[in-house]
Amino acid sequence: MGFPHPSHPGETVVLSKHFGDAGARTHAGWVERGGYEGLRKALGMTPEAIIEVVKASGLRGRGGAGFPTGLKWSFMPKDDGKPHYLVCNADESEPGTFKDREIMRWTPHALIEGCAIGAFAMGVERCYIYIRGEFTEPWAVMAEAVREAYAAGTLGDNAMGSGKPIHITLHRGAGAYICGEETALMNSIEGRRGNPRIKPPFPAAAGLFAMPTTINNVETLAAVPHILVRGAEWYKSLCKGNPKSTGTKLISVCGHVQRPGNYEVMLGTPMKELLYDMCGGMRPGRTLKAVIPGGSSVPIMTAEEAESALLDYEGLIEKGSMLGSAGMIVMDDSTDMVYQIMRLARFYAHESCAQCTQCREGTAWTTRILERILSGKGKESDFDLLLDLADNMTGTTICVLSDSCAAPVVSGIRKFRGEFEAYIRRERAPVLELA
Amino acid sequence: MTQELVTVTIEGAQVQVPKGTTIIEAAKQAGILVPHYCYHPSLPAPAVCRMCLVEVEKAPKLLPACVTAVAEGQVVHVSSERAKKARTGVLEFLLINHPLDCPICDQSGECELQDYTFQEGRAATRYRDYPKRYNPVEDFGPDILYVTNRCILCTRCVRFMDDVAKSAVLNVSERGDRAFIGIAEEQLLDHPWSGNVVDLCPVGSLISKDFLHKARAWELDKTASICTGCSQGCNITIETRDDAVVRLKPRPNMDVNRHFMCDTGRLDYRWMNRGDRIEAPLLRQGTKAVATDWDTALDRLGQLTGGSGRAVILASGRASVESLGLVRAMLDGFDVTAAVRVPTGPEAPLAGIPNLALRSERAPNVHGAERLGYTRDWAGALNAAGTADLVVVLDASLDAEEEQRLQEVKGALVVLGTVVADFHHRAELVLPVTTMAEENGVYVNRDGRAQRYMQARNQAGMARPSWWIAGEVLAGPGPDADAPATAAQAFEDVGRRYPAFADLSHQSLGWVGQTLRETAGTAR
Repeated sequence: MGFPHPSHPGETVVLSKHFGDAGARTHAGWVERGGYEGLRKALGMTPEAIIEVVKASGLRGRGGAGFPTGLKWSFMPKDDGKPHYLVCNADESEPGTFKDREIMRWTPHALIEGCAIGAFAMGVERCYIYIRGEFTEPWAVMAEAVREAYAAGTLGDNAMGSGKPIHITLHRGAGAYICGEETALMNSIEGRRGNPRIKPPFPAAAGLFAMPTTINNVETLAAVPHILVRGAEWYKSLCKGNPKSTGTKLISVCGHVQRPGNYEVMLGTPMKELLYDMCGGMRPGRTLKAVIPGGSSVPIMTAEEAESALLDYEGLIEKGSMLGSAGMIVMDDSTDMVYQIMRLARFYAHESCAQCTQCREGTAWTTRILERILSGKGKESDFDLLLDLADNMTGTTICVLSDSCAAPVVSGIRKFRGEFEAYIRRERAPVLELA
Repeated sequence: MTQELVTVTIEGAQVQVPKGTTIIEAAKQAGILVPHYCYHPSLPAPAVCRMCLVEVEKAPKLLPACVTAVAEGQVVHVSSERAKKARTGVLEFLLINHPLDCPICDQSGECELQDYTFQEGRAATRYRDYPKRYNPVEDFGPDILYVTNRCILCTRCVRFMDDVAKSAVLNVSERGDRAFIGIAEEQLLDHPWSGNVVDLCPVGSLISKDFLHKARAWELDKTASICTGCSQGCNITIETRDDAVVRLKPRPNMDVNRHFMCDTGRLDYRWMNRGDRIEAPLLRQGTKAVATDWDTALDRLGQLTGGSGRAVILASGRASVESLGLVRAMLDGFDVTAAVRVPTGPEAPLAGIPNLALRSERAPNVHGAERLGYTRDWAGALNAAGTADLVVVLDASLDAEEEQRLQEVKGALVVLGTVVADFHHRAELVLPVTTMAEENGVYVNRDGRAQRYMQARNQAGMARPSWWIAGEVLAGPGPDADAPATAAQAFEDVGRRYPAFADLSHQSLGWVGQTLRETAGTAR
């Protein structure tokens, strides 16, 4: 539901059912609300059967890439004699995204239950939940919930009396955006600098501590108990668009809508319905200008593209963008697109881990050019320069942070070129003063 | 066990390489250099500089050649338009914050950033409107400065300290374009092998204080040599400017020192430039030593060594196989006691490389000397010298007490020396010999590996190699005498006289040396 707003009838409330319900935070409260039934059921199944159910549900990674979760789980090697790990990526740092924060704040046991099921299905020695450093309240809630789960015997060497060990350790980040990249996150847990690793090897072969590792997003794991309780067929039926995109998705909507917040919708829901019905549309007298639908790293959509798009993995690719983490940044006609793109570039320049040359230097240079344009010192040649830098920064680095900085520049120039030209041709007053 | 080979085509050239070889190494086999900064064959590859991106047919993205393993049938393009554009892009990014202070930079002339920029960089900058990043120079340690502004963050130095020296004092600090190489608080870059970060640095960011502003790279003459610092036998290059040694650098030898050398060895070269050299043969006449020519000196030496009785050789552990072998052979008529001096010091291993350390035996040819009948019993040899009929000092450095004892020997004293010392007054003959930097020769390291070194500078005055002097005496007087004229001939002569060196030649040792066959009884 669009917490703190009441749930909208257009939503399909599964994960967010107990958002705002403080009673759901405790172990007892969670059990009262039907919690840990999924884990109990899972502990009575074979690991292979659990993975089959998750595969059949069509659940896909909710962190951004949309990789089929069951398939990912099945990549873990069997009986190789090594310790295996499950890592939950709770380093939700993508600008515009705030869904995992709410899951951990209100329903910590949903995440613990999902982690426990995954841990059992993949035979992992330990599950690490890597929580973003700035998430002080979710951290406190999660820490208490894990303590309770151990005290209740839900976790431990004899999880829920099954005789099977399930262990969860919380790990707190220190504030680097890049640690949300899965291999940088593993380096961070290991106590190293949070730099993304070269792939291959992929985590399933050599991940955390160089052991086979699966890494899943908070929302992905939180959906797993529901799938086990209510069945793969039920989950698959939660689909309004492309049958490859099943289930519900929490969409974090921020920016120029009347009611920003988290909305849980079936995949395939038209974006127009979300923006205008659930979020109440634009502020009075304003019209939609642009939407960044999947967190700051995905290409910007124009109003026309957004209003005709379906909210699922395929629907947004069709419109030239991506579902990503579904952190939706909505911008109305009061928005200065050049300024917004500069702010995004500045963010990436600040957060670049500095490993790869193109990213370290390119993000900062791109930012400086955009700042110069905003200060009234732009040149016509800046278009070619920005696009050429973006080309050099795309597909050439270890991770995609560099690409993420380039994407809004390219889509911004392509779709809102007039706004750049207004600054460059001095038709618009400068808004920045350069030092 | 045969290794599985895969065939790949790189720039049109087909090569067969073992499975698992990286593209960058396979390209080397095909004679093709893939430009790179962060990759180094003796360090783990992080693939961060992105300079070695190459186009591989059927791969959607450019791939880093330093970490991508070859696959059967792969077709790789290093100079395709896409690969070139990527490199030009990387060079441009590296240069926007690089100071271009090449005219005052020690690396200039041997700088990989210069080289690749000349090859494929942009002719003009597009980064015109902003100041470059500025950070002050940092003093990292006894011999190392970090010029932050020149750094391209390739992290070779960090990886060397982490993974090779196993002393993690360096790190990448900060993020984005504010990043720089940091040093742990209250720590210095003073590991016994830390000087290697200067060699590893592809630009002029980590520089040696010892070499600071001494020479421009293009003024240097470079000579293959062997480090004299200990018995490890690290392969090195002696670099001279106008005949003065200004720098020693490691020379790759995968079996001995990989790409490294220790700081003790690196800084141990000033003795090669000493000016107080013996420049002419000195012949004793009554109470005086008078300078003479080689013919006269060799005649006198022939007389002295033509006798019999007991002789003692006190030799430097830096003397070559050729010199040690022929000087000892020259005294065949005597009952010879021969010893080499072996200074000692603490051992300092390079933790990440097996069998590589600054050894406690601080002389390069102890193991060669032992195969030529010399012992380490220095004290015993000194005692024997007191009453011997002939004592030959072969460029050994002596302390004051030892010099005093040599002044009191009963027999004749012959010095083959490089620098003047007080006890030379007592000598019948003082003959000027070359330092190892002034001659060709062979050393045998602690693993029994015979390795060549080459002449790096001109000899002082009339100095000659000790093997030449001994060879002349052995051949006897007269113009038809068949004495070795080169170190290579002297080495073969040694091989005929000492079984440990039989059937070897300078040519067969090549540039990386060869392990000696162990023969029963190393002396003849």
